[in-house]
Amino acid sequence: MNYEETLTELAKKDERIVVMTAENRALIRNMPAILGQRFIDTGITEQTMIGAAAGLALRGRIPVVHALASFLTMRAFEFIRTDVGIAHLPVKLCGYIPGFLSDANGPTHQAIEDISILRGIPGMEVYAPADENDLVAMLPTIINSPNPAYIRINHKKSDYKHEQYIPGKTEVISTGDDITLLTYGLLFENSLKAKAILEEQGYSVGLVNLRSLKPIDEELIINIANETDLIITIEDHFLTGGLYSILAEIFLKNQISCPVFPMALRERWFKPALLNQVLAFEEFTPEKIAEHAEREFESILVL
Amino acid sequence: MNKNKIEELELLSTCVREHIITMSADGGCFIGASLSCADLIVYLYSEFLNVNPENLTDPERDYLFLSKGHDVPALYGTLAELGFIDKKRLQNHLSTGDSIYWHPNRNIPGIEFHSGSLGHLPSIAIGVALDCKMRNQTNRVVVIVGDGEMNEGTFWEALLVANAYKLDNLIILVDRNHFQANIRTEDLIPLESLEKKFEAFNCNVNRINGHDFEEIDEAFKGQKTIAGKVNVIVADTIRGKGLPSIEARADRWFCNFTREETEALLGELHGEVKANLESETLIVR
Repeated sequence: MNYEETLTELAKKDERIVVMTAENRALIRNMPAILGQRFIDTGITEQTMIGAAAGLALRGRIPVVHALASFLTMRAFEFIRTDVGIAHLPVKLCGYIPGFLSDANGPTHQAIEDISILRGIPGMEVYAPADENDLVAMLPTIINSPNPAYIRINHKKSDYKHEQYIPGKTEVISTGDDITLLTYGLLFENSLKAKAILEEQGYSVGLVNLRSLKPIDEELIINIANETDLIITIEDHFLTGGLYSILAEIFLKNQISCPVFPMALRERWFKPALLNQVLAFEEFTPEKIAEHAEREFESILVL
Repeated sequence: MNKNKIEELELLSTCVREHIITMSADGGCFIGASLSCADLIVYLYSEFLNVNPENLTDPERDYLFLSKGHDVPALYGTLAELGFIDKKRLQNHLSTGDSIYWHPNRNIPGIEFHSGSLGHLPSIAIGVALDCKMRNQTNRVVVIVGDGEMNEGTFWEALLVANAYKLDNLIILVDRNHFQANIRTEDLIPLESLEKKFEAFNCNVNRINGHDFEEIDEAFKGQKTIAGKVNVIVADTIRGKGLPSIEARADRWFCNFTREETEALLGELHGEVKANLESETLIVR
């Protein structure tokens, strides 16, 4: 089942679920006819949609709201923080085309600080599925949680068979003594290919699909820091506030350390273009990930 | 509305105003805006809303949302007088020992939602009104907004959405006290003609004197609802109503008075001489 079919099935079984959108119907086109009044399109009004979602949640509903990730998380941020966050209401925020998925739209549409700002809200959960299969695997747990949640919606098709989702847990694809790739969202695919390239060159490579950035599987990250020589964080997000920052927080809190090389966007928006060209230009292809990992690993050995 | 009922409401309003004045010492409160909407809130809880201390979790109760928020002493005073909360709790205003502060806190019985950030609760009210309709319930949802608050774009955005969903169970009550924080609305961001603006948004509009219980009653009970139209009542009020020494004065928005001053203001409320006020307005905005 795809995202829309999964959400439709969940909504059919649970009257509490209402599906809302700020006129972003790309992934939910068939739902109005099926859900009737429980499908609410507020037009291009991200703020009013979030407020109304909070009002619906006060009445016992579970609103699953959709908008483009940058407008949802930033235009409506204060509504999310103030109405959903302070009241701790189970509103599920679905951000469409987050990170590199905004392709050629340009910096207005680039949600690459979304994880940073959303995880700062007390009680807010933050999810970043690797592809549509992963999203579908995680969706029932996310919707049934009593907490508010932000989901970096990833509708990319994939043949990869993901494990069952365990709340707050990562998907460990492999463990490795030399290099461990930590990633989330659409960069999982290229990280998986990078792992194969590195293994061909003889490295012992770990790969983790983080899935949930808040809550974060802290124990797993501590174990990896203790057992691998080099961690590469791979994310379509600003360097500040994302996975690299999360690692820094965990390391400081637990008074541990480990060499980490971050692949992220440093103090700038990315070059708008079709996704494959973005990945090449910004050096997130499997070859480039492998090249950076190998270079960093060899430089550690010199030390 | 008969004369006895009006006298009863006026008496209750005076008690609520006493609470507001008392809460304007020891840290202070937004006294002007609280006094302007006191009569409206007293009327709504006494005569209009189906809400009482016993039905606060009943999904079929009526809802009141206080969007401008900083006028919450008027609501706390009313809730205390009507038995939603113990009157003694008002003495805990601004204390960490309780949870009554300058803006509404939904942990206090009778407060449906917190506010303080302007332009939010019209959209919260839309969510509640939508759900009432979905469940075929006849609850009414009232949201009180300030006129200064109508500077916020989200107020007008919410009005568009409420109209799109034909929320005739929603009543937007504008406390039209003619002041923003520091200055008259018409001298900063003019709002008039409000009737024409609301009519242009397809609302069922009524304009009344917000201190005249007969007019308030006529607007809430007498006004015909029009199927599919959002109701708007613009209530012209006076900021600081009841205290000639602060009425309609731009510099009496947030006040932190001494106990001597609030004693004098209580006297002024009851027709004694005007209070001599020396405490300066705290500049918050």
